Amino acid sequence: MDFGLSPEQRMLRDAVDRLLREHSPLDHVREVVARGDNVSAAVVAALAELGLPGIVVPEEHGGLGLGLLDAVVVAEALGAAVAPVPFVARSVLAPLALRLAGSPEQQAQWLPRIAEGSARFGVGLTELVNRRDGSGMTADNGTLRGTALFVLDSADADAFIVADEDGSLHLVTGDADRLEFVALPTVDLTRAVGELRLDGVAAEPFGNDTGDAARMLVAAGRVLLAADTVGSADAMIAKAVAYAGEREQFGRVIGSFQAVKHMCAEMAARLEPCRSLVWYAAHAFDTVPEEALLMACHAKSHTGEVGRFVARTATEVHGGMGFTDLLGLHYWFKRIGFDRQVLGGPEIVRTEAATLQGWDARAA
Amino acid sequence: MDLSYGPEYEAFRDELRAFIAANRHRAPAAPGAAQRAGADAVAWQQLLLEHGYTARTIPCDFGGFGAEPDILTSRIIAEEFAAAGVPGGLSNQGISMLVPTLLELGTEEQKRRWIAPTLRGEIVWCQGYSEPGAGSDLAALRTSAREENGEFVINGQKIWTSTAHQADMIFCLVRTEADAPKHAGISYLIFSMKTPGIEVRPLRTMTGHAEFNETFFTDVRVPVDQIVGQRGQGWMVANATLGYERGMLGDPAALENRLAALVQLMHDERIDGVRGIDNAALCDRLVALQAEVAAMKFNGLRLLSNSLKGEPGGLAKLIVKLQSCELAHQISALAIDAMGELGLLYGGSRRERAGGSWQWNYMFQLGLIIGGGTAQIQKNIIAERGLGMPREPKLEHARAPKAEAA
Repeated sequence: MDFGLSPEQRMLRDAVDRLLREHSPLDHVREVVARGDNVSAAVVAALAELGLPGIVVPEEHGGLGLGLLDAVVVAEALGAAVAPVPFVARSVLAPLALRLAGSPEQQAQWLPRIAEGSARFGVGLTELVNRRDGSGMTADNGTLRGTALFVLDSADADAFIVADEDGSLHLVTGDADRLEFVALPTVDLTRAVGELRLDGVAAEPFGNDTGDAARMLVAAGRVLLAADTVGSADAMIAKAVAYAGEREQFGRVIGSFQAVKHMCAEMAARLEPCRSLVWYAAHAFDTVPEEALLMACHAKSHTGEVGRFVARTATEVHGGMGFTDLLGLHYWFKRIGFDRQVLGGPEIVRTEAATLQGWDARAA
Repeated sequence: MDLSYGPEYEAFRDELRAFIAANRHRAPAAPGAAQRAGADAVAWQQLLLEHGYTARTIPCDFGGFGAEPDILTSRIIAEEFAAAGVPGGLSNQGISMLVPTLLELGTEEQKRRWIAPTLRGEIVWCQGYSEPGAGSDLAALRTSAREENGEFVINGQKIWTSTAHQADMIFCLVRTEADAPKHAGISYLIFSMKTPGIEVRPLRTMTGHAEFNETFFTDVRVPVDQIVGQRGQGWMVANATLGYERGMLGDPAALENRLAALVQLMHDERIDGVRGIDNAALCDRLVALQAEVAAMKFNGLRLLSNSLKGEPGGLAKLIVKLQSCELAHQISALAIDAMGELGLLYGGSRRERAGGSWQWNYMFQLGLIIGGGTAQIQKNIIAERGLGMPREPKLEHARAPKAEAA
């Protein structure tokens, strides 16, 4: 019995934390977004040194051969540092899609390139969760037609994995004819998402797609976004506690007032169990598949709620300073906001969790 | 991450399951935490003691089973009795709080005299901590004990003494050192509730029942050797016991059981012919609670692993009482909302559900949020010990507690 991170996973976390402290301090994040970019080439290169593009790529294809729980460890660290790097889709969901549904030839073609960082995937799954503004993708005779919104890690992508309306996965190269890509800037400038419009574009189906892979990918994405929130929210609490220990009013540090102290205690009390929930959801994905979908829903919806509470409360602890760009707390606030909505906000995800258990939450 | 217990432990689990299956007809219907155990409960306790399924690690000399402490074995015992819906032996303040305290801080003589009969259910204890003027600020307690001819003479009043009306004995905090600073003037005494000068008055609560009492002491005389720890060390002894109480109140398996009962209720209750579970708004709240209970369950597994490795629980441990009690209250609140007007029925009313227990829980759990350290005190602990935030400066002119006049 050992619930928690292994010594190797703790070392991984330390290594990523150290690397991000060196290569991705807040000043660097500011520079990246100030030039209108959502991706730091320097941080991408540094993470590649650790082999992270291949974190879930099997070793025979040149990767680290690790699981979702290991990826969660990295996602927490990236969230804590608001690191402007593609990770969730490019380094985890794309190789997972190939692992789950790719033919041996597709795996041999793409997985080594993902591991070495030379294939840059964006992944479009949003329409499986909620379709807006007429979005959706239909497949017909090896071509795709339609629009995918909020394609993850897509700004500098050279290939895409997209789910169609039946939940089948397709692979599209970025240089295909009749493909149009438009970036969608969100409040969170550390993430690169966009809109993919395909007008009868040649697409390659996944050779081994039994139809479940897309739902598993959504689950993995949810767990990773939840982990990102845990990391971000944890960083916000640490900042709030530190600020409350320095800022003086009425002749004493504000952290000694119970009104302020209790805000911090409530944040910590609500966030701490989320960490275990997210770890378990990742563990279930890796080894208890029958629980994977429901636990991913729980992790996503619950951290979404707690994340919002922490983002708001930690900002309030900083008083007026929390509201300024000078302090930069808003990078975490917005990152948590992104994590909450993408691949389904809490209400949508809870409805799905109910359906998974045979409860017809839409009947009323 | 490895959530298996291993073959040795699974063999123990199988053995325990077989025991429960073979003997469950002898188990008492309800655990009756706040009541004096009936003959069936005492017999069940005896059976469990013999097999080491309760008091497992307490030395044989003191009436226990004498097994080496083993966290996983204890966990399996708790899991299996909970899963089977069979009470895992007596659970009362004597067993949960006093026995661990005596084992840690009692004299050899005290251990021999009190532990075994307490485990057998022959001695029922109550806890004399809170006073009308000493709640969150427990160290401000004023019940006094002056030494006179080899006896302590006790005067004062305690409140929230659950089971005092049926208790044989009390473990009680009193002020023995009138002139010492407030935390250093307290001693921990144990004495019989039949001692002359004790009056117990039931304290009716918002539930309509008297789950607690007020207990008055007038010149109650207790031999000086009935002290646990040294004179003036009672605060330290009491804090050891409070730790056990917080452990008792924050049991995640209890949350899972309450949630399962709620899910069942929402399958059974219909609104305009539609199951509660299929009502979108109610179901949304249920799934939100389900996620929170899951989070607390895995937080508990994380703590279990920490203790197996001898690592401190840290924040994950400090938040358990606050979060569990709040969550339990929300589960009851949703049950009542799912029943609507029917959720109001109480006191044996026609159409009442589950004997009105959801309403009773909804009210009583508010008491649990307050008891054993209020939610606000818990937040101070989380902030100060967990996050390292500064304590509130003490007021210079705060009054020192005054011992009750004898």
